Amino acid sequence: MINIGEVNETNQMIEQEKLDVRTITMGISLLDCCDGSLKELNRKIYDKITRLAERLVPVGQEIEREYGVPIVNKRISVTPIALVGGAACRCPEDFVSIAKTLDEAAKTVGVNFLGGYSALVSKGMTEADRNLIQSIPEALAATDRVCSSVNVGSTKTGLDMDAIRMMGEIIRETAQATAEHGSLGCAKLVVFCNAPDDNPFMAGAFHGVTEGDAVIHVGVSGPGAVKHALERVRGKNFEILCETVKRTAFKVTRVGQLVAQEASARLGVPFGIVDLSLAPTPAVGDSVAEILEEMGLESVGAPGTTAALALLNDQVKKGGVMASSYVGGLSGAFIPVSEDQGMIDAVNRGALTLEKLEAMTCVCSVGLDMIAVPGDTPAAAISGLIADEAAIGMVNQKTTAVRIIPVAGKKLGEVVEFGGLLGYAPIMPVNSFSCQDFVNRGGRIPAPIHSFKN
Amino acid sequence: MKKTIITVVGKDTVGIIAKVCTYLANNKVNILDISQTIVQGYFNMMMIVDAGQSPKAVGELAQDLNVLGEEIGVGIRCQNEEIFEKMHRI
Repeated sequence: MINIGEVNETNQMIEQEKLDVRTITMGISLLDCCDGSLKELNRKIYDKITRLAERLVPVGQEIEREYGVPIVNKRISVTPIALVGGAACRCPEDFVSIAKTLDEAAKTVGVNFLGGYSALVSKGMTEADRNLIQSIPEALAATDRVCSSVNVGSTKTGLDMDAIRMMGEIIRETAQATAEHGSLGCAKLVVFCNAPDDNPFMAGAFHGVTEGDAVIHVGVSGPGAVKHALERVRGKNFEILCETVKRTAFKVTRVGQLVAQEASARLGVPFGIVDLSLAPTPAVGDSVAEILEEMGLESVGAPGTTAALALLNDQVKKGGVMASSYVGGLSGAFIPVSEDQGMIDAVNRGALTLEKLEAMTCVCSVGLDMIAVPGDTPAAAISGLIADEAAIGMVNQKTTAVRIIPVAGKKLGEVVEFGGLLGYAPIMPVNSFSCQDFVNRGGRIPAPIHSFKN
Repeated sequence: MKKTIITVVGKDTVGIIAKVCTYLANNKVNILDISQTIVQGYFNMMMIVDAGQSPKAVGELAQDLNVLGEEIGVGIRCQNEEIFEKMHRI
């Protein structure tokens, strides 16, 4: 039988160490909504989302109350809209009307974000993909809760450099279109390489075509719980360090698995996966950076940071995999800058640079995340950053992503405030040497060879 | 039978157990086990209960007990046992 010590440990993790379930995300296929008429398409989309997700938020709250564990977000992901809207949309404006429908549906059911305003263009682009990508700045400016993502490459297909060049410009335009809100639109836009079909985390969630009609995914969290556990083994060797991370990740994931199964049963929607990510928030004590510092780094960004992160990421997976029957999504430690107080502090003290962050993305999920850069950063430089990050993903057979915000009107040394879970960020410098001629070449970078690994 | 765990943590005072038990009796919740300690003047109690006969759902009991805890000046949590089982047992 459960004893008082175990009960207290769980409740301390929840109350003081900020253990929570970060999100219950319902994936909804919109493929059966396809229609030649835009009006009809919009109606079908609204009806299907509001019908399937009607009870998502109340059921989430019910589970929260019964188990006493916070479920921070309830969200929806849908089939990439470029696929759904292909038959009805003739121009970017047509796609914007779908974005508005998605926003309306999200507000009706009460979810805080809906992802899937997406295009998958890892090898090439259809006319619909192109129109959707061109509509992103307006779509994100005209909506509150819609999130967008574009997959520009994969290990199997190589990198679509035309799409990468385009995304540099689209990110700049999105920053301009949402200039009065600190270029917030860019915080809702992710550029992926090897995007997973079952990611529950925003802004990059979409419901892949390999998924069923509807599915429940859960994203766990718990950097604070890992950090507290490590405080108790300060100075001990790596074996003990790894074992401690693994045990904590196991406990954290079991909560996610339980919530996922309950949500799935109560909503009558199949359970998909648990995403084993350590997702930080700007709250003090809920930081991935602090875990790395607890391991013995003076500041995140110091030599040794990449090794510490690699260890953390691997142990989280090893502990988590045993705790859940199905693991998927991004699964790893997130290192967003604006959403992690420890990362913000490291940037402010000059310990953490864009280049070090790029190195860190080689060993963790997901990529250059929530990084604010000067508003006048050229589109080509942003494309270059995307290409670098996508190349890391392509060659290492992992998911990588870029969510970068060239904040309109802001310069180095200034700060941008997004509020809520998105936090705030100091503007970071970008290498000012040009990659214009490289980006402008056009075409594709071929898929890498999978032998002769060096 | 789905068991529910009630924990009470806070500054020790007269009548904590009485008030919690009265509420549980009024709502047809059967107490299966109680363990209680005082650590540095702080009251720490865990009850294992069966809320199967209660007209109220676990979520509702949790909300009521939360309010009762505020009245007494202690923190009361009421959670489905499964969360502890899953976390601490393989």
